[in-house]
Amino acid sequence: MKKHTSLLTLASALIVSLAGWSAPTAAADKPIKVGVMLPFSGVYAALGDAGRNGMKLALEQHADKLHGRNIEFIEMDTEARPDRAPEIATSLMSQKKADFIIGPVHSGVAMGMLKVLRNKKPVVIIPNAGANAATGPWCAPNVFRTSFSAWQPSYPMGKAALDKGYKKVVTMSWNYGFGKESLAAFEESFKAGGGKVLKKIMVPFPKTEFQSYITDIASLKPDAVFVFFAGGGAVKFVKDYNAMGLSGKIPLLGSGFLTEGTLTAQGDAAEGVITGLHYADGLDNPANHAFRADYEKAFGKPADLYAVQGYDTGLLIAMAVDQLKGNISDQGKLIQTMESLTIPSPRGDFTFSRAHNPIQTIYLRTVENGENRVIGVAAEALEDPARGCKMK
Amino acid sequence: MDFAIFLVQLLNGLQYGLLLFLIASGLTLVFGVMGILNLAHGSMYMVGAYLVWYFFQLTDQFLLSALISAALALGLGVLIEKTLIHRLYKRNHLDQVLLTIGMIFVFNALQSILWGDDPLGVPVPELLSGSIHLTELVEYPVYRLFVAALCLLLAGALYLVINRTRIGMLIRAGESNREMVECLGVNINQLYTLVFGAGVMLAALAGVVAAPMISIVPGMGEHVLITCFVVVVIGGMGSIKGAFVAALLVGVVDTFASVLVPGVSSMIVYILMAVILLIKPEGLFSSQK
Repeated sequence: MKKHTSLLTLASALIVSLAGWSAPTAAADKPIKVGVMLPFSGVYAALGDAGRNGMKLALEQHADKLHGRNIEFIEMDTEARPDRAPEIATSLMSQKKADFIIGPVHSGVAMGMLKVLRNKKPVVIIPNAGANAATGPWCAPNVFRTSFSAWQPSYPMGKAALDKGYKKVVTMSWNYGFGKESLAAFEESFKAGGGKVLKKIMVPFPKTEFQSYITDIASLKPDAVFVFFAGGGAVKFVKDYNAMGLSGKIPLLGSGFLTEGTLTAQGDAAEGVITGLHYADGLDNPANHAFRADYEKAFGKPADLYAVQGYDTGLLIAMAVDQLKGNISDQGKLIQTMESLTIPSPRGDFTFSRAHNPIQTIYLRTVENGENRVIGVAAEALEDPARGCKMK
Repeated sequence: MDFAIFLVQLLNGLQYGLLLFLIASGLTLVFGVMGILNLAHGSMYMVGAYLVWYFFQLTDQFLLSALISAALALGLGVLIEKTLIHRLYKRNHLDQVLLTIGMIFVFNALQSILWGDDPLGVPVPELLSGSIHLTELVEYPVYRLFVAALCLLLAGALYLVINRTRIGMLIRAGESNREMVECLGVNINQLYTLVFGAGVMLAALAGVVAAPMISIVPGMGEHVLITCFVVVVIGGMGSIKGAFVAALLVGVVDTFASVLVPGVSSMIVYILMAVILLIKPEGLFSSQK
C-alpha cells in the first residue's frame, strides 16, 4: 500500500505542477483525509482487514477520477470495542480534521461513533455495522451506509419461508440487538402472510451449548427453523443441528451471516441451508467477476462480503469526488451528490434510501458443495423502512 | 416434554457434564490439589483445540493429531511450570492471578498470529461419524457418545491415581505439608512439575476431543474457564469425586434450565453454586479440613 500512496502523490504532484501554469486550484493541493475506524485486532480483525482492502482497491482503480486530489488514510484500530469508539471518532474529527470517516464493523461501535459524529462536518460511511438504528432513529444527513440494515436480509426470508409452504416455524438467535432485530424482521413478513411462530428461542450471548435447544426444536416439530447466528456461533449451531439429525428433516433457514465466512469450518453440515443476503461469492455479473479477479490479484486471497462493502465505500467516495471535480468543501453539495449516485457494486447496482441505506436486492442462496449458490431473488430493490428516521 | 425428549435432554446434560468434567479435572488437580490459581487453564483448552486442528491439516489423521497435541501440551505444561509457576508456590494467590492472566493475553495473541481469527473446524473421525436414532426425529452422534465414554474412563483413572496409588498419596501429602514431604526424601518439585503438566494436558485433551463438536474460535478458552471454576468450587477443593458430581450436576441443570426456564438460564449455574455453598460452604466433597 505504501508504494501505491507514493505513486498517487507523484501523480498529484505532476498535476499540481501542470495546474500551476493555469489558475491555481485550492482543491488540488490538499489531500482528502479519510479516517478509518475498523477492527484490525481482536475477533473481527479479518473483517476490518477485508473492508480496508476493498476500499483501497476501489480508490486505487479510480485514482484518475479524483481530480488531482490524493488520499491520506488515517487508520485507527477500534478493536471492536464500543467503549473506545467515541474517543477515536472525536480524535479523527477534531484533531485529524478528516473529511470522511469510514467504519465500523461492530454495531455497538457504530452507536458510539454516531453519538459523536451525527450532524458534524465529516461524512461518515458505515461499511458493515447493520444496527437498524444507524439508518433509523439515529439517521443523519452526514451518515451513509454501504452495507445493510439488520432488517434487510431477514425480512424477505419470512415470505420465502411461506412460498416454500412452511407455515409453522421456530426462530432462534443470541439474545442481543442484531439477533433480535433479525428475528423481528423475519416475523414481520412471516406473520403478515399468515405464518405462525411456535417458539422464539433467545440464547444468552455468547453461549454455544445448543444441543438442549435443538432437542427442544425437535420436540416442537416445526415446518422449518429460522435463525440468526454469525461467526463461531454459526459454525457451532449448524454443526449441532446436523449432528442431532435435524438437517434434511426440518429445513434450516437463516440470515445470510449463518453461512458467510464459515463454510470451511462447517463442512458438510451446512449443505442445504437456505439463507438471504445482499451478496453471494458466485454472483454472476461482470462487475463481480472483475472485482473478484482484481481483489485476488491485489491481495492474494479471495474477496468476501466485507471486501465488497469496503469496495463500494471506496467507489462512493471516488464517484462523489469526481462529480464535484475534486472540490468537496461544501458539505451540503457533497451529501446531495452522494445521495444521487448509483453505485455499480459487485452485488449489483444500488442507490440510497432517504435514510442513506442501500436500496438493494436480497438474494436467496443455498449451500451446495461448500458454496453459497444463488437460487433466486428473495426481494428486488428492497428498501429498509427507516422507522424512526426524521430526515426528509 | 414427552418422556423420549426428556431422556434425550438428560443425555445432552450428562454428555455436556462429562465434557465439563474433563476440562475441569485439570483445574481440580492444579487449583484444588496443588493450590495454584491458574486462570490460563481455559487457554490450555483452546491450545488443545487449535493444535489438533493444525496437525489434522498436516496429517489428515485425527488420532495421530490428537496424540501429538496431547504430548505437546504435556511438554508445554512442564515448560510453563519450570519457567514461571514454580516461582510462585510461596507467593499468595494475587501474584498467581497476575501471572496467569498475563498468560491468557499471551496465548490469545499467539493464537491470532499463528492461526488467525476465522472460526475453524475439524471433521468427526470417519470411524465414529455415524449416529443412532433416538426418536423419530432426533439422532445422537456416535462421536458424542464416544467422548462421554472417554470422559467417564478418564474420571475413573484419575480417581484411582489420586486416591489409590503411591504417587497420588504423595501429591495429596504435598498439598497439606510441602516441607514435611520433602524431609521424607521425596523430590516434591519434580512431582509438582509433573502434576502441573498433567493438568495442562487434561485441559488440552478436552480441547482435542471437543474440537470436532465445536467451532474453534478466538476466546473459546475464557468461556469455559468460569464454568470450570464453578465446577471445582461446587465439588469441593481438591476432590476428583466432587468435581465429577459437580460437573454432571452443572451439565444437567444447565441443559434443563435453558429449555424450561430460559429467562434465568444464564444465571442458573451460579444460583446452584450459591445454594450449595450456603448449605455446604466447603463444597460437596471437600478433601480439606
